[in-house]
Order: sequence, then structure tokens, then C-alpha cells
Amino acid sequence: MTLSVAMQHRFDGFELNVAFEAPTGITVLFGRSGAGKSTIIDAVAGLLRPETGRIVSDGEVLFDSTTGETTPPHRRRVGYIFQDARLFPHLTVRQNLGYGRWFAPKTAPREDLGRIVDLLGIGHLLARRPAHLSGGERQRVAIGRALLASPRIILADEPLAALDEQRKAEILPYFERLRDEVSVPILYVSHAAAEVARIATTVVALSNGRVARQGPAADVLSDPAITPIGVRAAGAMLDAQVTQHHNDGLTTLETAGAKLLLPRVTQPPGTHVRVWIEAQDVMLATQRPSGISALNVLKVRVNELRFGAGPGVLVQLAFGDAMLLSRITRRSADALSLAPGAEVFAVLKAVSVARDAIGEQPNA
Amino acid sequence: MTGWLGPDEWQAVLLSLKVSFWATLASLPLGLWVAYVLARRQFPGKQLLNGLVHLPLILPPVVTGYLLLISFGTQTPLGRTLEAMGIVFAFRWTGAALAAAVMAFPLMVRAMRLSIEAVDPKLEQAAATLGASRLWVFLTITLPLILPGVIAGAILAFAKAMGEFGATITFVSNIPGQTQTIPSAIYAFLQVPGGERAAWRLVVVSVVIAMGALLLSEWVARRAAGKVREP
Repeated sequence: MTLSVAMQHRFDGFELNVAFEAPTGITVLFGRSGAGKSTIIDAVAGLLRPETGRIVSDGEVLFDSTTGETTPPHRRRVGYIFQDARLFPHLTVRQNLGYGRWFAPKTAPREDLGRIVDLLGIGHLLARRPAHLSGGERQRVAIGRALLASPRIILADEPLAALDEQRKAEILPYFERLRDEVSVPILYVSHAAAEVARIATTVVALSNGRVARQGPAADVLSDPAITPIGVRAAGAMLDAQVTQHHNDGLTTLETAGAKLLLPRVTQPPGTHVRVWIEAQDVMLATQRPSGISALNVLKVRVNELRFGAGPGVLVQLAFGDAMLLSRITRRSADALSLAPGAEVFAVLKAVSVARDAIGEQPNA
Repeated sequence: MTGWLGPDEWQAVLLSLKVSFWATLASLPLGLWVAYVLARRQFPGKQLLNGLVHLPLILPPVVTGYLLLISFGTQTPLGRTLEAMGIVFAFRWTGAALAAAVMAFPLMVRAMRLSIEAVDPKLEQAAATLGASRLWVFLTITLPLILPGVIAGAILAFAKAMGEFGATITFVSNIPGQTQTIPSAIYAFLQVPGGERAAWRLVVVSVVIAMGALLLSEWVARRAAGKVREP
């Protein structure tokens, strides 16, 4: 199942012109606030009519401006998870969950209510009304409601943006499980890099109303030319395997032949995980530093230097088959005579990697 | 109570209740539709419709009654057409109900429109993405959420219909047993010597019914609102 979107739309003096494909798994629309991400997702849901374009889901045309064809929102069978949950206040959690299912065609493949309720951990909330739920609980019910409508596409518009860090950490694993257990394409809007790194299968990076790059998450995120939300949030995603938990609260992970020591991760040894490492946490040295508190020193090769308008440089580093990004000043790059091909050492403090920057890898 | 109220007075009370009940019930669906259209849709002539709906509120009631008379009288084309279909308004209780409904309509629409505008359209959009057509969205989301407003609008209309005098007396006159509602009866009693006692009894009945309706609407609306309190 695939969703293909091509659309052009002007609003508030801004022109959006994008084309991309979303295969099964989570496709993240990644860009700054105001980059038109929600506009795209509303167009797919049928809540907004683009000026021109064509939207096709699994072979069925949902919108085509050349033929004037447009499917009304209630026949598109999208499961839309809104940023603000939008639960129906006069219905109980159970009735909210059942709302979409009631309208779904009888022949549609049905998710089992019990399975979804277990997946989201909302069994104890079924009899309550939305007013008596916390923000995180509400968002979980909203996810369940969308899933139970037997959707052919799931749309998630920054479903975690309104939540605090603790709630985010509570819900992110559900999206990881969704990605691996549900067979429909999921279009997920986000402007948080660490979130994208954890859950994305495919990333569509948006910049100035255009698709800057689309492809597998690891490739797009480690491209120093693609910083859709600014260089401050740039970073790279590493696929790693948990090898050992230590008594002092640290964990060893192995990635591309190198070892990383990070604060203890929750996953057991043997688990494949993704680790998001921010470019500004990676220091560079031309010689292996000694007498330094940082626990991770990796031998890497400079692949590319990307100069921006400011005093910074974004350096792409390769080791094994993996990539890292480092953000340093132009002055440091000159002092170290960094150039593509140079062998250097990347230094990373263990504590700079937050626990929620580590998530499970998608099932192959 | 029949002992306390004279037969004419009792007749006026029952007629008033009947007229107001049917005036409210019959205008409810139209009122809801007009309120919905005014609250949610954009179309040319919206301000004209809005003005038309509010006209009975600002026109002198006698003018409204006279306009009804020249539109629905038995000698008019509309009146004759309706008469052929078996519907007669002129000098019948149905005419009193029509006059009451027209006079109460702006109040009903206002209350309902405000409550529809208070419903977040985002909830209706969410229902649409879950597969509900416009009609289903209205029935399952909008209507339950505006129920307090609908009830308030209906009771307000009922109370207004109970008190309607000017348009009624102009349109359908003051015929005991046919078109003599409580206000018309009070007016009639005050025109004859020694009628004050009967008038007073009807005044008491009016006050009791009006207060009762108000308390009932408050209670029902609070119960309904308690269920749908926004998170």
C-alpha cells in the first residue's frame, strides 16, 4: 500500500509545491512550523482543497484537480490523529473508540478492539469521558480511535507537540509499535528531530514549501545539506545494538564496528535500537585525545563540510557504513585544517545523549 | 383548579398552552435549520435571511399581525391555496399558533445559533475523517453538543408564545374558545366592569407558568451541559 501526493497550494503569501510517496511504515513530513506540513496532511484528509494536484491512495484517486475528482472526507477512510486529540466530549472513551468503526464499511479489515486497547494501555479508561483524562491518555485514545476506523492511511499531525517530555516518552513507543504492526502507510508530521529519528522509516524533508530531499531516514537526516529545522537541531541517526548493561548505570552499544558508552538504555542486550546524536554534541580532534572525561572517542573520516551563512560548519563524518554530523565553528575547522578525506577523532560525552533519543529499530 | 378558575378563564389557559406548544414544536426543526445555516454556512443573501428572521423582534407586533392577515387571510391567494389543502389560519387557533411561532422565531434562532457557534468545528471535522457524512456529523456530534441551547431556545420560544398578544389579536382577533389566549382574555376582562378578579387570576396563572418554564429550562440545560462539559 502506498500513498502518493503531488500538490500545489498558495496561502498567506506562501507557495507550497510538493510531490512525494509514502510507502508502508512511517513517513515523516519534517520541517519548520509553518512549512506547510499540516496543509499537506489536511489535503490528504480532504479537509482542504489544494489549488492543483493529485492524491492517490493505494490506486484510488482521492483528489485530482485536472478531472475535478474529489472524494469527500468521510469516504476517504483516513485515520487522522490530531495534535489536539479532538475527542468527542459527550461520548465515553469506549464510544469515542467505536465512533469510526461504526461508519467503516462492513467488509473493511477490522482491528480488534481488545488488541488496540492493550496496545495503547487504555483498558482502565473505557468508561470515562474525555474531560477526565490526562493529556497523554487523551492522545492515546485519539490514536486508538483513528486505528479502529479501519483506515487505509493514518495521518498524524504532530501528535506529541502538545505534550510534556514525560508524556512524549510515554507515547513514542506506541508509534514505534504501530510502525511495525500496522500495514497501512502512516504520514506523520513533526518538527522535532529526535522524534523523527526514532520513528521514521522514510523522511520527506520540507524547506520553503518544497521537498528538499526524501528517502530512508538515516540517509536524509545525516545529509548536512538538509537541515529543515535549522542547523541547531541537526544530527544523525545511528543503528546500534545493545551489547551490555553496566553496574554504574551505563550501557555499551555497538554501531558500525564501533562501541558507544551511553547512559543506561531500557532495552535488553541484543536489541537493535536507533540512537539520535545531535551535531552540536560531537567534538572533533586531529589526534586521539587523552586525559579527557568524554567516554566516547571514535576514529572517523571527514566526508563533507557544509558552510552556512553563520560562523558554523556542519561536518559529515563516516565510520564503517554509518554517518555522524558534527557542528563546529569555521575557525576550528580552519585551525584543524579539516578537509574531505581527513582522518579525525569524534568525541562524544555519554551524558549528552538523552534517554528519549534512543528508540527501537523498525522490523526489517 | 377548575373551581377556582371560571370556564372562560380555564378555556383561555388550555388554549394558550395548546397554541404555545404547537407553535414551539412546529417551528423547532425550521429554527434549528436556520440557526445552523446562519452559524456555519457562507452564502449570498445571508444578511438578508438574518434580517428577515429578526424582523418580528423589531417590528411593532400589530404590523406583524397585519402582514400575516394580508398574507394568510381567506381572501388572499396564499390563504385560498392553503384552504384548498385543508389548512386554515384565519380566525382559528392554528392562526394564533402561527402568529406566536413567527413572533417567537427570532428568540429561538438566536439561542440555537449561539450554541452552534460555540461548538468547535474541529470536532465536526474529526467526525468527518472518521467516516461520518454531514447529516451523521450533525446528528451524532453537533446536536448532542448544542442540546442545552436547543432546549433553552425552545423554552424561550414557548414563554414568548404564551405572552404573545399584539400580532395574535390583529391576525386572528379575540374569539373565546378559538383564539382567546391568556393575554387576550386578560385584555377582554379588563374591558368589562367587574372583570378585574378574573384578570387577576389569569395574571397569577401566567406568572406561575412562566416561572415554571424558566426553572425547567435551567434545570434541563444544566443537566445536559454537565454531560458535555469541554475538556
